[in-house]
Amino acid sequence: MNVLPFPGRLLWKQLGGAFSPAVMPSVNLDQIANQENTMKDTDIKRLLYAHLLCIFSVILSTFIPSLFLENFSILETHLIWLCICSVFVTVVNLVLYSVVKPNTPSKRSSLTHKVARFLKCCIYFLVSCFSFHVIFVLYGAPLIELVLETFLFAVILSTFTTMPCLCLLGPNIKAWLRVFSRNGVTSIWENSLQITTISSFVGSWLGALPIPLDWERPWQVWPISCTLGATFGYVAGLAISPLWIYWNRKQLTYKNN
Amino acid sequence: MRLGSGTFAVCCVAIEVLGVAIFLRGFFPAPVRSSSRPEHQAEPPAPEPLAGASSNWTTLPPPLFSKVVIVLIDALRDDFVFGSKGVKFMPYTTYLVEKGSSHSFVAEAKPPTVTMPRIKALMTGSLPGFVDVIRNLNSPALLEDNVIRQAKAAGRRIIFYGDETWVKLFPKHFVEYDGTTSFFVSDYTEVDNNITRHLEKVLKREDWDMLILHYLGLDHIGHVSGPHSPLIGSKLSEMDNILMRIHTALLSKEREALLPSLLVLCGDHGMSEAGSHGASSTEEVNTPLVLISSAFGRKPGDVRRPKHVQQTDLAATLAVGLGLPIPKNSVGRLLFPVVEGKPMREQLRFLHLNTVQLSKLLQENVPLYEKDPGFEQFKMSERLHGNWIKLYLEEKGSEVLLNLGMKVLRQYLDALQTLSLSLSRQVAQYDIYSMAVGAVLVLEVLSLLLLSVPKALGPAAELDVPLSSPLFSLLFCLTLLVLSAVHVVVCTSAESTCYFCSVPWLVASGAVLLMAALLCAIVSAVSKTGVSTKHAGKNLAPSSSQWSELDLLILLGTAGHVLSLGASSFIEEEHQTWYFLVSTLCLALCQQVYRSHFLGNKEDPQCSSYADPGLKLALPTQRDRAKGCAVLQDNGAHVATSAFEQLGDAERWMALASPWAVLCCCRLLRALNQTGVQGAHRPDLGHWLTSSDHKAALSVLAALSLLTIFLLVQRRCSPMSKVALALGLLGVYCYRAAIGNVMSPWQRGNKDISKGIIEARFVYVFVLGVLFTGTRDLLRAQAAAAGTRARPVGLWEIHSGLVLLAALLLRPHNLPVLVSSLLVQTLMAKFVWKPLSHDAAEVTVAHYWFGQAFFFFQGNSNNIATVDISAGFVGLGHYVEVPAAFLTTFATYVGPILWASHLVNYLSSEAGSRSSLRHACFCYALVGSIPVSAYIILVTSLRYHLFIWSVFSPKLLYEGMHLLITAAVCIFFTAMDQTKLMNS
Repeated sequence: MNVLPFPGRLLWKQLGGAFSPAVMPSVNLDQIANQENTMKDTDIKRLLYAHLLCIFSVILSTFIPSLFLENFSILETHLIWLCICSVFVTVVNLVLYSVVKPNTPSKRSSLTHKVARFLKCCIYFLVSCFSFHVIFVLYGAPLIELVLETFLFAVILSTFTTMPCLCLLGPNIKAWLRVFSRNGVTSIWENSLQITTISSFVGSWLGALPIPLDWERPWQVWPISCTLGATFGYVAGLAISPLWIYWNRKQLTYKNN
Repeated sequence: MRLGSGTFAVCCVAIEVLGVAIFLRGFFPAPVRSSSRPEHQAEPPAPEPLAGASSNWTTLPPPLFSKVVIVLIDALRDDFVFGSKGVKFMPYTTYLVEKGSSHSFVAEAKPPTVTMPRIKALMTGSLPGFVDVIRNLNSPALLEDNVIRQAKAAGRRIIFYGDETWVKLFPKHFVEYDGTTSFFVSDYTEVDNNITRHLEKVLKREDWDMLILHYLGLDHIGHVSGPHSPLIGSKLSEMDNILMRIHTALLSKEREALLPSLLVLCGDHGMSEAGSHGASSTEEVNTPLVLISSAFGRKPGDVRRPKHVQQTDLAATLAVGLGLPIPKNSVGRLLFPVVEGKPMREQLRFLHLNTVQLSKLLQENVPLYEKDPGFEQFKMSERLHGNWIKLYLEEKGSEVLLNLGMKVLRQYLDALQTLSLSLSRQVAQYDIYSMAVGAVLVLEVLSLLLLSVPKALGPAAELDVPLSSPLFSLLFCLTLLVLSAVHVVVCTSAESTCYFCSVPWLVASGAVLLMAALLCAIVSAVSKTGVSTKHAGKNLAPSSSQWSELDLLILLGTAGHVLSLGASSFIEEEHQTWYFLVSTLCLALCQQVYRSHFLGNKEDPQCSSYADPGLKLALPTQRDRAKGCAVLQDNGAHVATSAFEQLGDAERWMALASPWAVLCCCRLLRALNQTGVQGAHRPDLGHWLTSSDHKAALSVLAALSLLTIFLLVQRRCSPMSKVALALGLLGVYCYRAAIGNVMSPWQRGNKDISKGIIEARFVYVFVLGVLFTGTRDLLRAQAAAAGTRARPVGLWEIHSGLVLLAALLLRPHNLPVLVSSLLVQTLMAKFVWKPLSHDAAEVTVAHYWFGQAFFFFQGNSNNIATVDISAGFVGLGHYVEVPAAFLTTFATYVGPILWASHLVNYLSSEAGSRSSLRHACFCYALVGSIPVSAYIILVTSLRYHLFIWSVFSPKLLYEGMHLLITAAVCIFFTAMDQTKLMNS
């Protein structure tokens, strides 16, 4: 059986490798349940701090550049902001996931394997950027004008969605498909990943709505409203997911078994 | 009585059509119009009445003024001139108003207080309704009789500077003009400087008779910062200065001229306290009207409040002042103070001309005009006038003449007032009562449809429609009584002139009966669902989590589209909404396809790629049995995956690629026709193709498209219709070659362009032939009662007949739209709908969305100007109303019609459940009627919106037309369903 880089190591071992969430564990001792709950709470706490750091990085990316760059504003020097925001979020994500380590290190931890894995991640990221770009064009973005803007939008959307996936799940398409199908999540990290990713997509989707309005505001220009929508969606997802998981933690323990 | 949900939906949509028709009739009151066209204007002016003999004065009276300058200041409110602001910022004008030789009035504008209708009102004297726009098919030029046209015909030289609207309304009427756009609202200095810079030169010149200046700056300030902004003051002083310059220049010129000149200061509409305009508040309606001329007597300085007059009165006054006939459709009356200084005979002559014109208009528009008090007064004053002339010609004593003259004068003025009032009352208001009746009917139908969703989408697809019990219930009788009482009260109240009161009482009582019956049906449906939810209340909660993404998207998309209709920009850019929704739909389908490809073969906990809200609501027993998603997995996801697994390898790849192919198709089509308002000017492929330089490319494209159409359509046709189709498509190319759209390969150098009547009729023969074959096959299959396989063949032939007709009517550069619509239909049916086994409701909504998107892909928009009228002349030598209207409608709605006909084909060729056609019919009726009903409410509440005539009203007409198409489609569905029932 193909072993996925699987989160929630302890749970996994305790449940004797019951992979599928649909299969209910037959042994459900009180002791295990208690342990599980405390695990859950500490995990949720870590998740919350991690997400707060991510939100902080997004906010910082709007303020720090203005200290070094003259005439910096999100709307007027939008492309610069996009780059900076994307870099900030990437760095913070990488650092966070390497510190928190919610996922199992793979069995083969040789250097070549790590390098190969890293290269694979880079390729995946680039592919996701280009496919987002293609989707935007299919959605009606101009083909030739504003290529750079469209591409940077694709980059920032990839940063919000593909990057955390790569950090958490690695370059493993099967795991991605599992996480993003219904009832497929197996840990709170994956659950929060699902929420932030979907909210980023929904945010950028909603961001396209005000473009046809005739208010003639600077933020209605393609792709500013969409990038802002994606950012707001990402931040909202980050803020909501720990809370949502906390509130639903009773049901989630069942689901995630 | 038990009804199939399809039949039920048809009944509902039919009632809805009736409701919308009543609403439209109330929303667009018929305008007051003279029947004679403005082209035949050789009509001599009415001669002076004379008792017994005929008068010697039959020509028009000479002009009163040599030069006329009209200074129109946009959004000039009456208190800007006559109020405290006027005293403070417009000292010169105030001096003229109070002490100078001038007449000042407060002119009332009628809503919509928007510039273009107001200019029309000022120059034609009529009250423009939206129906004019339809009648002229949005040709921007003003075709009605108006002062400018008359002046031009009389050889006056007119110069215009200001708002572009004038240049569009009166093309080629001005000897010199400079239009400024009112596009940049934030600019309020440049727009006015662009006008003022010409003044210096023009005022020195002698080669003009009429000068019109339209200043926009004040309006822009109002829009940006409201009527109390400090900018208003400086703008008013600027305007005051301009007025002074013009007045002094005119006065200095007058010394050489024989006749005095006239300076008119007016506004087109006012400004609300918020700074906008369009509605009917006092601030928006009242505008100043100041007439300045040395011909008027100087006033002794008594400051009275200016008299209230109508804005339409200016047209008649200007016509009289310039010695022109009064515009035929004018409902205004001459501003009497202007002619007060003239001799009695001339005064009476002017008043007589005006009264004759008004009474003619009355005769043509009011059937019982003889009973109108105005008309009686007119007849009496005309008789008195004749007597007076007789006395005058006999040169009786001046005292008697004067007294009698004064009497005639008063009589005339009374008659004018009454006539003008009764004419303008005909058009001024929305007919709220008819609108309310229509809206109530439509809303009742919609709520009935919504309430019956769970039943109608249930597995039986049948509804209980209790006919007898509600009809005799107490509630029904009470409602009927109340509604009849309301009808009688409204119709007998004195000042109402509404359409719904003037229909025959049988029709009216029928409508009232319908309203009451619908109300009872709603009440009984509500009570039933209340009972059933009480029973099944426990089970309703878990079902919501089982909705698939597609269902969620469909719901959100429908709701979002309906909400977007409230914003004018979203209506202008509605195509963007549909493109966006269709793209999202493709992505959602893509996700489903990928999921069933990659996860389908695993034992996988996904609950449903298949969910039917109606089914779930209607199946409480099954749900009881089923915990979580077990049942749905059994009958839904499992079926889906197995159906998907049946596909071969190549087909699997096709299934994975087809959503992307559809997306690419849509993106290419987007580039074909730019539509809407913001993007309309952008270059697109359609323009590139139609330009004469690229005729070769267009010809190749058209030929290729026709070939592809043949290849796509022929696979399911019988050999006979294959041949007919091929010949028909060849005929389409011949037709396009004959009228010179594409190059013809066999007639090189033959340049003469015919109307292509023979070719087009050749195609029509095949269209009819194919349609006939299809219908015959259908009927034969029905008669044979065994041929469940023959029926789709007949249906497909009907579809291909429609495709052939579309190919003929669509312009050649739009043939790719047809091709890709066929391509997308085939791809989706084969690789998405069938393998994923979506249920009828989802497929129907998806087809509806695609139909809407293709409506816009072919270049349509929510503006009347984009309707391709040339389609109505294909194969017709001259204009014949019924076929032309039919062909134009078909060509405009090709997208929705073809997608609906494909839906019928798909659903009846699928040997699915018996009820799928009924489900589809019901869903189609529902998604078609939700936007219309919501839009009717929106339009009613926005009826004083700034863009009501330019944006909302055309959309209302489109919605009405679309509902008609929906009704036709639903009838087709039900007919198919009935034949199917007879077969089985």
